[in-house]
Amino acid sequence: MSARRLVYLDHSATTPVDPRVVEAMLPYFTDVFGNASSAHGVGRRAEQAIEDARERVARLLNCSPAEIIFTSGGSESDNLALRGVAWYARATTGHRHLITTPVEHDAVGKTVEQLESLMAFERTVLPVDRHGLVDAGALAAAIRPDTALVSVIYASNEVGTIQPIPALAAVARERGVLFHSDAVQAAGQLSLDVQALGVDLLSLSAHKFYGPKGVGLLYVRDGVELSPVQTGGSHEGARRAGTQNTPLIVGLATALELAESERDARVARYSHLRDMLIDGILSRLPNAELTGHPAQRLPSHASFIFDGVDGNTLLMHLDLKGVAASSGSACKTGNPEPSSVLLAMGYTPDRAKNSLRLTVGAQTTEEDVAYAIDAVVDAVGKVSRLQMSQPGF
Amino acid sequence: MAGNANTRVVVAMSGGVDSSVAAALLVEQGYDVIGMMMRLWSEETVSGRVFNRCCTPDQMADARRIADRLGIPFYVLDTRDVFRNTVVEYFIDQHRRGVTPNPCIECNRHIRFEFLQQNALALDADYLATGHYARIRQTADGQFQLLKGLDERKDQSYVLSVMGQAQLAHALFPVGEYTKPEVRQLAERFGLPTASKHDSQDLCFLGDGDYRRFLRQHAPDVMTAGPIVRRDGSVLGEHQGLANYTIGQRKGLGVQAAEPLYVIGMNPYRNALIVGTADELGSNRLTASRMNWISGEAPDAPFEADVKIRYKARPVRGLVTPLAADRIEVEFSEPLRDITPGQGAVLYDGDVCLGGGIIERPAA
Repeated sequence: MSARRLVYLDHSATTPVDPRVVEAMLPYFTDVFGNASSAHGVGRRAEQAIEDARERVARLLNCSPAEIIFTSGGSESDNLALRGVAWYARATTGHRHLITTPVEHDAVGKTVEQLESLMAFERTVLPVDRHGLVDAGALAAAIRPDTALVSVIYASNEVGTIQPIPALAAVARERGVLFHSDAVQAAGQLSLDVQALGVDLLSLSAHKFYGPKGVGLLYVRDGVELSPVQTGGSHEGARRAGTQNTPLIVGLATALELAESERDARVARYSHLRDMLIDGILSRLPNAELTGHPAQRLPSHASFIFDGVDGNTLLMHLDLKGVAASSGSACKTGNPEPSSVLLAMGYTPDRAKNSLRLTVGAQTTEEDVAYAIDAVVDAVGKVSRLQMSQPGF
Repeated sequence: MAGNANTRVVVAMSGGVDSSVAAALLVEQGYDVIGMMMRLWSEETVSGRVFNRCCTPDQMADARRIADRLGIPFYVLDTRDVFRNTVVEYFIDQHRRGVTPNPCIECNRHIRFEFLQQNALALDADYLATGHYARIRQTADGQFQLLKGLDERKDQSYVLSVMGQAQLAHALFPVGEYTKPEVRQLAERFGLPTASKHDSQDLCFLGDGDYRRFLRQHAPDVMTAGPIVRRDGSVLGEHQGLANYTIGQRKGLGVQAAEPLYVIGMNPYRNALIVGTADELGSNRLTASRMNWISGEAPDAPFEADVKIRYKARPVRGLVTPLAADRIEVEFSEPLRDITPGQGAVLYDGDVCLGGGIIERPAA
């Protein structure tokens, strides 16, 4: 096999761990290996590292350490927020109405779906516009006396659109309804100041900002009660059972500190590379359309629809050219169904299968972007010609 | 083998032993190999469980594991629309016309050696490889020939008889040079799973292998009851839908007669099942249409050839007369009992497959 150039443009899927983060984690695998719940000194050293990490993270989020629950990642944080609040509401106030959007990550979408189908919660899914934006007025109109929680993604993993979280959270707060946001994609690029955002709960995942996989956090505003989802020992303020994973928690805190301290520089770089991608592709491919909001979008995120070009076929062409990308509709072994996010934004099922997502990151260079644009232009041309010549077309 | 490194081959993988060994052989020979699996069809049960025998999530996972182990890229190609529009619709339509189609032939015609091969070539591949038991040879004058697989019992040239020069020029059948037992040994040597659980099946898109259930579900009109008649028009009973029966069938007709009766024909216009005695069954001639000549040219005179009228039938010597409009007529020295409209009539000169057509319904 000939040596191929590798251009990784799938940073919304995951990022490599920053070597400084690896360095910070290493002592906690072998040296400081204790169980943070133990009464002895070995355990206390681990506990100290975890509580230091909690304080460091709390400073970055502008909250208090007791408001941070460490979890195994974004999906668990979303599950804990939704199930935890919903179950607690049902057991206390009897509220059983949940509000969400059609552009959520499945960790929110499927969880609310299951709360509805198995546990008799009621769900309102807010409409979104062509760019995937949620309207504060629509949220206000959807809130009922028995609404337990509103959950709106901060920035879309699929189309990059940034929601007006402060405005939406203010609507919920005014009506006395709790507000959760999945900020997994936003971390490292947008402000995570929970006071400014006005959220009651917020999910993060370390591997999206150059930290390790398998660790995340849920911010829970002081005074917000939730039922634990994973029960057992009284770890994490009796809200998340399970021996705390010292190295990963230290890794998360270190990665978040680096992400926040370097955020302005990264955002400037990402935006420049993203705009190169968008301009290059739109100017060279007449059948290309940018999906998501043209301005209110993640600095790292470019997403497209190419008319008449199957997204999954395009991905294999790009992979063979060494460009790692993804399609909103991609699922490794499942049905390649059209993206439900694009359907909700008003795209037809046929066009919703024609998506491509390119997300830049810390190591991406201008040369990478130029190479990727050429690769996309070439692959889109090949796949369009192929599909026009096939039976049934 | 370094010369092969610049030759790209897409190998169609099913997760089964034949295509896995094909992929492993190509990797060993140093080719730039890409694994690909087609998602052809899925039937869902009421409970939402996937119901078909091909391209299930398990088989995809198996094929992906094998590709990982071989160190080659692996992709799943969504083929559902084109498969439904060609193979599945054809299968239903032919049953509607009172003939018994061979969907594997249509699949190779429209799916493997059109849709998939074109996808492979668009990926800058030089060849599409499959796990078929057949061989390709190039003659001194540059012609590509399709030969039977070395293992006569596993030979699959019958269902490949739709290929032309353009397809053969860009196709490889790596396991066609081996017998099935040898392929199993190769699988062991390569450390591949040798179980035959995914051996390709006829009618792979039927979840339970029951085409009658499939037709009741997807084309209930072809399962309408109608009369069972003799050649003279006398009515003997009622059948449960023509698609339930096949030429030569004796059991399950549910008619009383002095001597054993067999299905000898079908009249889709009257929805009638025609039965007769053993003497009435069989014919010493057939005609076939949609004839594909692998050489690209129809012979201009009648000639003798070995003819296979079903995938598993023994070849029978016959006189082949090329007719206009891609048709042929074949005459046998004695009547054959199971000439079945819709199946392939495939011609051989020894090991060399000359091409094939689809057996027509005899003129009434």
